[in-house]
Amino acid sequence: MSSLLKITDLHVSVADTPILKGVNMEIRQGEIHALMGPNGSGKSTLAYALAGHPNYAITGGSIEIDGGNITEMEADERARLGMFLAFQYPVVIPGVKVADFIRHAVSNIRNPDRKEGEGLIGMREFRKEIKARMEELGMDVEFARRYLNDGFSGGEKKRMEILQMAMLQPKFAVLDETDSGLDSDAVRVVSEGLAKLSGPEMGVLIITHHERLLEFNPPQYTHVILGGRIVEIGDAALAHDLHANGYATVRERHPEAAADNAKAEEAAAV
Amino acid sequence: MCGTGGRRFNSARPALNLSFSFKTTFEQNIDQLGGATLHVLPPTTPTRIEDPPMTVTIDIDRIGFSAEIFEEFLSTRTEPSWITDARRAAFAKYEELLGEELNPEEFKRVDLRIFNAAKFRPSTDESDASSISTLLASETEYGGSIRHVDGTTTHENVSEDITGNGVLFGDLQTLLTENRELLEPYFLKQAVRPDADRFSAWHAAFWTSGTLLYVPQGVDVDLPLHSLIAHTSDGVADFGHTLIIVEDEAKATLLEETTSTNEDHSGLHVGCVELIVGKYANLRYVQLQNWNQKTWHFAHQAGNVASQGSLQWTVVGLGSKLSHIHQDVNLNGRAATAEVNGVTFASDRQKISYYTQQHHKAQGTHSDLLYKEVLRDESRVIWRGMIKVDAAAQQTDGYQRSDALMLSSDTRCDSIPGLEIEADDVRCTHGATTGRVDEEQIFYAESRGISEKEAMHMIVEGFFQQVYDRIPIEIVRETLSRTVQGKLGIESMTVV
Repeated sequence: MSSLLKITDLHVSVADTPILKGVNMEIRQGEIHALMGPNGSGKSTLAYALAGHPNYAITGGSIEIDGGNITEMEADERARLGMFLAFQYPVVIPGVKVADFIRHAVSNIRNPDRKEGEGLIGMREFRKEIKARMEELGMDVEFARRYLNDGFSGGEKKRMEILQMAMLQPKFAVLDETDSGLDSDAVRVVSEGLAKLSGPEMGVLIITHHERLLEFNPPQYTHVILGGRIVEIGDAALAHDLHANGYATVRERHPEAAADNAKAEEAAAV
Repeated sequence: MCGTGGRRFNSARPALNLSFSFKTTFEQNIDQLGGATLHVLPPTTPTRIEDPPMTVTIDIDRIGFSAEIFEEFLSTRTEPSWITDARRAAFAKYEELLGEELNPEEFKRVDLRIFNAAKFRPSTDESDASSISTLLASETEYGGSIRHVDGTTTHENVSEDITGNGVLFGDLQTLLTENRELLEPYFLKQAVRPDADRFSAWHAAFWTSGTLLYVPQGVDVDLPLHSLIAHTSDGVADFGHTLIIVEDEAKATLLEETTSTNEDHSGLHVGCVELIVGKYANLRYVQLQNWNQKTWHFAHQAGNVASQGSLQWTVVGLGSKLSHIHQDVNLNGRAATAEVNGVTFASDRQKISYYTQQHHKAQGTHSDLLYKEVLRDESRVIWRGMIKVDAAAQQTDGYQRSDALMLSSDTRCDSIPGLEIEADDVRCTHGATTGRVDEEQIFYAESRGISEKEAMHMIVEGFFQQVYDRIPIEIVRETLSRTVQGKLGIESMTVV
């Protein structure tokens, strides 16, 4: 029985400003969903709210995994239940080695009851595994010894996100513009990497502006978000159409949401 | 870590054992003056709001030892008259300096108002050395070791392979007495002077046990040496002295640590470290200060480096109630180099203060200082750094940086770098940051299943890692990492 991530009437505010105004979505393990929308529509807000960022206050609705409500959970508890966010802007943690960081993460995810100071996954086993994943992603194994994202190029950071996803094997992965700011080679690596990793065990939500990621990972569902609401749902053809023609017709079909979106964009520009 | 960008977090998080919050009492980021050729006179003023100056006129009875105490102390000593005469001269200087104000630049942030010297006496009792714990003693093979307990040298040994080369290592007083001609010109004459201030004079009058290392020209002492200074009895005043002389083309490593056997005993250490590095010589010196939190620690520490010599000096501050270290690095000879590393972890109500000076006196000299401080609870750290470049010291490269990480809003950190440059063809860079743990780093780690507390600990360790990476001695890096974990409350943590 595959797992289900269910988002029901989700309302999220940032610094007391409502951003998401009732988002509904269901993602099953094994499915690929695309989330598309213009600037200010709430795409990244949904990503952060799913991951449990404390600045993204859930003011209504719920997030459930297999019927269990995770709305109130801390980010680390959600991660241990199988939630993963590939960051648009991965964070640098100086002085903390990639291998050390991922080894702690893997230990916690595979042994969700682990407390700090308790045993980590065996070194030999871990090394073998991370080396294999890095080779698959075309990464220099030396990266394991470097400090997390410290001095990494944009492409290296995004690859590091995919590596973490490969190691943590989440049930649900949200990719927040993982392909943005990359040259075409890096986009290809990330796209192929994701294609290799996604499968019956992973439900994926791809937030993207690019075709490439979706070409390699064709979505079964495309959700269009505008003004903090999902206004349309379609298949891969809808994603293709939006890439080709933009959001003008969507705005026409949903004038109220479009007005909300315009306000949010204006506020963000101030 | 202390940038102004990034989101601020509003949500209340559950209280942690290691509490922190995201208000900060003080934040500054003095940017680098890197790369540029500088001709700066007078010294640059750091961009910070000055404290109202604290009074540094201190009641003499409360900070000093009387003439009676001095005579009583002398009566317990068995030593040659030249040493006693030097003590008397220092004591006279001490009495004189007690009447003078301490340098406000150095001491105005160091609160000595509750310091009461009358509570402490040089120890005359038998000490209890049975329960001394050390961080470094059993970590590696040493070429020799020495132990001072409550101001008395209780143990010393050194391998014959080392002494066979003419190396002297052991109790300072004994070796000074036996080798007056060789050592007198160095002892309290070149690196630290008794008349520097009342603490150096106090030390010069009352110095008790000490560690001496003398390495003759061209001798390479490849095994490190170990020195331990311990307090066991309540109310002990110790005046330990460390004198290291590494002659031209010689090489040595000394690891020194301080410890208290009883967490509740009060103590006073008025210490002195003198490091003399000859031409083309290399000295690596580590002092790991790990007193209990009822110990006062005052020290004058100075290193003199001759032409082409190199000094790698690591200062670790973990313990003490209040500590103030005056650290001077003097680059006396052409192309002398010094690397200074500082690791400080203050907790509870500890106050840890450094006054560091990198003094470039000759052409082509290089100094590089990196201090890292972590503060938790209600602790306070003060770092006042200065790079001084004499007119003769052209083509100097001086660097100093202090980074502080504050884990609680009740901590306070003052980091004040400074430059005083009289040459016109130099490269001097300085900087200081103080900030709190970046919430985005915590969230990133949490999103990978790492708990908030574990993430905090990783970030703190990572913060120190940047200075560990500069410490060339593996056992010191490992010991520091373990000790910091202990202070963070991590029982065991495997590091890749």
